[in-house]
Amino acid sequence: MDQVLFGAVPYILIVTAIVGTIWRFTTNKYSWSSQSSQFLENRTLFFGSFPWHYGIISILVAHIVVFFIPGVLLAWNGAPIRLYIFELIGAALGFLALFGLLALIYRRITNARVKALTTSWDVLLLIILIIQVVTGLGNAIFYRWGSNWYAAAAVPWMWSIIKLNPNVDFVKSLPLNTKVHIFNAMIFIGFIPFSRLVHFVVINPYKYLVRPYQVVRWYHRNPKTENVVQYK
Amino acid sequence: MDIRAQLSMSFHMDKCIGCHTCSVSCKNVWTTRRGAEYMWWNNVETRPGTGYPLTWEDQERYRGGWEVSGGNLRLKLLKGPGKIRTLANIFFQPNLPTVDDYYEPFTFDYQNLFNAPAGDDQPVARPKSLITGEFMEKIVLGPNWDDDMAGSPLYASNDPNLKGLSDSQKEMLTKFHKLFFFYLPRICNHCLNPACVASCPSGALYKRGEDGIVLLDQDTCRAWRFCVSACPFKKPYYNWATGKSEKCIFCYPRTETGQANACAHACTGRIRFVGVLFYDADRIEEVAKTPDERLVEAMREIILDPRDPRVQEEARKAGIDENWITAAQESPAFNLFKKWRIAMPNHPEFRTLPMNFYLPPLSPILHNAKADGGGTFDPVSTEFFNEIDKMRVPVRFLANMLSAGNEQVVIESLKKQMAVRLYIRQQRVGDVGDSAVKNALSQVGLTPQDCEDIYRLLSLGTFQERFVIPETHREHLSTVDPRTMYEKRGTVGFGGKKREIITGRQW
Repeated sequence: MDQVLFGAVPYILIVTAIVGTIWRFTTNKYSWSSQSSQFLENRTLFFGSFPWHYGIISILVAHIVVFFIPGVLLAWNGAPIRLYIFELIGAALGFLALFGLLALIYRRITNARVKALTTSWDVLLLIILIIQVVTGLGNAIFYRWGSNWYAAAAVPWMWSIIKLNPNVDFVKSLPLNTKVHIFNAMIFIGFIPFSRLVHFVVINPYKYLVRPYQVVRWYHRNPKTENVVQYK
Repeated sequence: MDIRAQLSMSFHMDKCIGCHTCSVSCKNVWTTRRGAEYMWWNNVETRPGTGYPLTWEDQERYRGGWEVSGGNLRLKLLKGPGKIRTLANIFFQPNLPTVDDYYEPFTFDYQNLFNAPAGDDQPVARPKSLITGEFMEKIVLGPNWDDDMAGSPLYASNDPNLKGLSDSQKEMLTKFHKLFFFYLPRICNHCLNPACVASCPSGALYKRGEDGIVLLDQDTCRAWRFCVSACPFKKPYYNWATGKSEKCIFCYPRTETGQANACAHACTGRIRFVGVLFYDADRIEEVAKTPDERLVEAMREIILDPRDPRVQEEARKAGIDENWITAAQESPAFNLFKKWRIAMPNHPEFRTLPMNFYLPPLSPILHNAKADGGGTFDPVSTEFFNEIDKMRVPVRFLANMLSAGNEQVVIESLKKQMAVRLYIRQQRVGDVGDSAVKNALSQVGLTPQDCEDIYRLLSLGTFQERFVIPETHREHLSTVDPRTMYEKRGTVGFGGKKREIITGRQW
């Protein structure tokens, strides 16, 4: 069972994510965004969107950093006090994200206008996210070694997947909660091309910081974007 | 010098009767889709009034437009130095108007009129929300909610342009004999320094180099809605169904083929004029930083005279087509704004350098004592001309709206319009006196020929005189689409590939 779930299924989901994302970007660039509903409701959204995004982005960035340098985290966690600090910060950010997510779910259920625009993909996505956040918090609260497990078990397993030599032994003996967290993360990745999740695969905003304010497009001269005034 | 061409629309507010034909033709052509029901790319507001969306001119609330800070031009939206602040608000925008600031789009349950069972009462068509599809308790706001409601303490008194008016001038809101209102038709201004373009993190908004039309690339738009917040005129609209912003496109499919815009074409009062302007793009930043007092004057300076051979030479060098250079010389926009100096931009103090111009409306001169006693005024008296600042519509009010508070700019335009009237009256009726007319003309600096031309354009102007729109030369564009028109059917326009968006949900 573990062999299938953590040895084969990840490949299916990762390939789906990559192929699907490229397919959607090339064939339906128009749909490439997370359809904002702030225009219809903006009071609850404030308490949902801000905590959710800042909480989840910090945690995601931590996961990605440790993915590349697991040894540093293991060394940091060597002293119990430092482990506690790390776990506490993680849990605090997790609760921030959970609070935001609950506010967003509440908003989708109670506001008639937002409800009218909610698709089944949105519902499915919210279910995946709440599972991910709750199991993540479970790891942080109930298992002292949550972050160490990520660095010592999940990261080597992920690298083994990437190196096309899946080694399920790394994750086999983890508790059920942690396994759900890992497997759900895979589903999350596979879900990217089919949902509003594509909105975080963007590069434009970084360009905004360096481009001049004004944008002019010339059809006479060349099809590329040219800038009108050289001030920033 | 970096010469560029700009299509510009002018509005003769004196002739606007507020019939909304422009709004309706625009709506029928562009915004009858799901998610766009609430959008009025062209709308007509009653002034004094709150406008659409509510109090859009109040930039303390919406933080649209630009401000000069420490010698630099920056978006008001940013509130601090640097663009990073913009990106920090990407998950939630504090200054975004919501649908309740416009109005909840609705339809009526007309079927009930036919299907209601026989009963003692007349069946009614209850309003239904076009967003949720549910019945609405009552309609609380619409695109022209305060239409013709001059003097209403509920609506008109909230007009942001009333700031700086004296108490006696504000009596126009409450005293019947001082009451006035006029109409303000608005489309996107296709600014030279557009705040919407400058605020878009994904670079979806752009100004077209050839004709200056500001457009929004629907494929690049990521629903971040900064354009809606940053535009001080609130002319980009967020389509809540497609998750894309949309805005007035100056009917470019029509203007490219030399046809007048749908709104301008439909105008029954013939108040609209469309023409080409040449401007110097190198000076945009400098002009946008000009102090309020000189702002309109600086905007007139950035517009170049297309009859000047040197300007024509530069324009040719810049790749502007010959028919555009010819059209620019006949341009009503150039004549009204720069040559005769009787038109002015709407809210230049937002510093976007708007490229639509308005002729302020004339109104009766108020003689307090006389009017209070029910008296009238003498049209040939010298006061009629000299006391133009005692007009029923306070000059201060017009100046707040059209010239960043500089009353002289408004008075100049009003006096010129009045001088033309005197000139024509002397021709037709002959009771003004030649010397009085001569005096009036020399005071405002118009020649008899100017008067004839102004009269001709504003009163009699034919279709060809009001709309001097050169065709765009698509044949040498670098992005010519090789497909035939037949193959392109259904591939342009708004909306994505979702069928539902194109056809609309049926409630």
